Amino acid sequence: MQLMHNPPTRYRDAASRASARRSARKQDLQALPYLLPWILGISIFFLYPLVATVYFSFTRYDQINPPTFVGLKNWIYVFTQYGPFFQGLGNTFVLILLIVPASTVFGIITALVVINIRRGAGILRTLFYLPFLAPPVAATLAFVFLLSANGAVNQFLGFFGLDGPSWFTDPATAKIALTILGLWGIGNLMVIFLAALLDVPREQYEAASLDGAGALGRFWYVTLPAIRPIILFSVITGIIQTLQYYTQAVVAGRIASGQSIGPGALAVLGYPNGSTLTLPQLIYTLGFQNFDTGSASVVSVVLIVLALIFTSFLLRRGSVFLADGE
Amino acid sequence: MMFSRVSPARLGGTQHPPRPFPLRHQLPRVIAAALLLVTVAGCTGGGGSAEPEGTIVFWHGWSLPNDIAALQKNIDAFEDANPDITVKTVPNVSDDKILQGLRTANGPDVVSSFTASAVGALCNGALSDLAPDLKAAGINTDEVFVPARIGYTQYEGDQCTLPLLGDAIGLYYNTDMFAAAGITEPPKTWEQFTEDAVALTEKSGGSYDPLGFMPSVTGYESDIGTWMNQWGPTYFTADGKSNLANDPRVTEFFLYEKSLIDALGPYTDLREFRAGFGEEFSAQNPFETGQVAMAFDGEWRIANIATDGSTVNYAVAPLPVPEDQLDSYGKGFLTGTVIGISEKSAKHNDAWKLVQYLTTDTDALVSFGNTIQNLPSTVAGLQSPDLPTDPAFRTFLEIAANPNSGSTPPSINGGEYLTILGRFAEKWEAGEVDDLHAALADVDKEIDAANAQSAN
Repeated sequence: MQLMHNPPTRYRDAASRASARRSARKQDLQALPYLLPWILGISIFFLYPLVATVYFSFTRYDQINPPTFVGLKNWIYVFTQYGPFFQGLGNTFVLILLIVPASTVFGIITALVVINIRRGAGILRTLFYLPFLAPPVAATLAFVFLLSANGAVNQFLGFFGLDGPSWFTDPATAKIALTILGLWGIGNLMVIFLAALLDVPREQYEAASLDGAGALGRFWYVTLPAIRPIILFSVITGIIQTLQYYTQAVVAGRIASGQSIGPGALAVLGYPNGSTLTLPQLIYTLGFQNFDTGSASVVSVVLIVLALIFTSFLLRRGSVFLADGE
Repeated sequence: MMFSRVSPARLGGTQHPPRPFPLRHQLPRVIAAALLLVTVAGCTGGGGSAEPEGTIVFWHGWSLPNDIAALQKNIDAFEDANPDITVKTVPNVSDDKILQGLRTANGPDVVSSFTASAVGALCNGALSDLAPDLKAAGINTDEVFVPARIGYTQYEGDQCTLPLLGDAIGLYYNTDMFAAAGITEPPKTWEQFTEDAVALTEKSGGSYDPLGFMPSVTGYESDIGTWMNQWGPTYFTADGKSNLANDPRVTEFFLYEKSLIDALGPYTDLREFRAGFGEEFSAQNPFETGQVAMAFDGEWRIANIATDGSTVNYAVAPLPVPEDQLDSYGKGFLTGTVIGISEKSAKHNDAWKLVQYLTTDTDALVSFGNTIQNLPSTVAGLQSPDLPTDPAFRTFLEIAANPNSGSTPPSINGGEYLTILGRFAEKWEAGEVDDLHAALADVDKEIDAANAQSAN
């Protein structure tokens, strides 16, 4: 009887674990209705498109007739016969290498400038942020004309006896011009870094100063460790955004080349000489210009895989960006 | 409110507070409500609508108020003549949306697109073959329409669209600059064209003021299909293989283009000069600003020049032809808007009446074309006394009526062969191609691979 009232510890533990599991399951079920909108949203707008994209990559699908399974045909076509694929892939990598570090560094610098300036910080903050609000097409149009051969930038360089480059019309400088355009619209990143910098404890700067650290030392040993998570965030989101780079490259290429952007115009993307061609442009061209959704899905899957690889690599190996315990 | 409906009585008459969330009772309701929401959303979404009997939905791409008003005038006349049919028009619809609309049963009945290159794909199941309707109406397309326009409105014998309004490309030339250079008439051959372009060009340093002509297949309307059309290329063999490397006309075109670049260049100077051009459809268009003395452009430029307030004095001539094809002088490149009926339309007969009216009624075509400065696509329309008498516009009418005028062949993948050829031409212009024949053979392979990929 005593056993009945006082079961061995292991039975008591098992019973309490089962009870805890039941309780947890119950709580999960109670939370389910609250999560249902989110679950439906992510299923309809993320999981279904993801699964469908993978499925379509193995089909012949023109968005008109039902898809038919073709095995690896689309994959073989894209990887072995579709000329622009590797050019677009290479351009995308180069743009990541140019835009992501440059925008991160520039974002930090602008935030530091705004935070340390004694007068006019509000005006400067507004000036740096405003370009972020400009519509990408309008901003790109303006930049193509500013950076044209006889544009304002080259005229300005001319005052100093410098020959300006060809910017958007030269394959060697087109991606640099796109990077400059990206830096111009750095406003959102500046705000994020601004918030991170304001969050750094002031006493750490005071302690560092007492230890004899100069401005560079304070930045290196205090500021940088404190904003490392934000740098990681900036790098990951920057890579994902650059993988999706489309509007600016299309508009810049078409305007610089003199192609019409009106309705009915057939697009030869990537001007000059394919140097601004990116993977999202290929997705559009294949899917909506060539009616080859299968091949467009192949490029989409490649894009998803690249984003996953970059993100998981940075999150796993990116401890250098994170302070201890983060 | 939800919690207040759980009374203490239902909880056993005790005074315990209501349970935070009565899961067993509420969960099925929540799921049912969510499913209902999704179902309702699914039923009402999709963009199209199931209009009542007698109402047909017409999607088109025109967006300017003037263009929409001109089209509506024709729609009103059609409705007056067919009181049992109501037309619901949806303007400013892009090709992407048209494609999505054609996939749904509740989408448009009639669609009109600016992009003739999409006809090949749309003929493959999205739009109805109009041949039976044409036969029943006694319309012989070869006699009613300009032959070249039938070429870009069908694919492999499937007449899934008809030409609505047409465009033609001609040579605009600055008459003041011609007079200053002592040139008395527009060039008829490409050799004369080069001579004139050089004579009209004033080079200062690395720039031009003006440039005789911008020799580039990415220079607005001088795209590869338009320009090479004057050589009369055969893009594909009878069995559908790409024929560029084996067609001497194609080689002649590329060699000529390179010679023109060399005569006006160097290429880098031309590239820089082109980068300073304004937007095509604006007052900064380089022909309107006098940056170039000659340009390929469509009949719409006449209206653009007037509305942009440009002071350029100009005239229009057909594009030149090769010396050995001088007898075909007067021809040009033709394209235009197309119109078709959705394969899924349940009101095909009513839709056909609208399509027949818009594409074959001379008054409708001429009044619409005159308003938006486009050309009628029918033989009768081109002979209408109501067309403008402006000499420049008459030149386009003559180009449109010329039996040698042509267009690029339709393809199932949206004219991918032209995109591939355009990419090659960019490299060719930049001087990055050493062996033209070998490079064109590679282009042929790439085009064949793209076509094979798109084949069912």
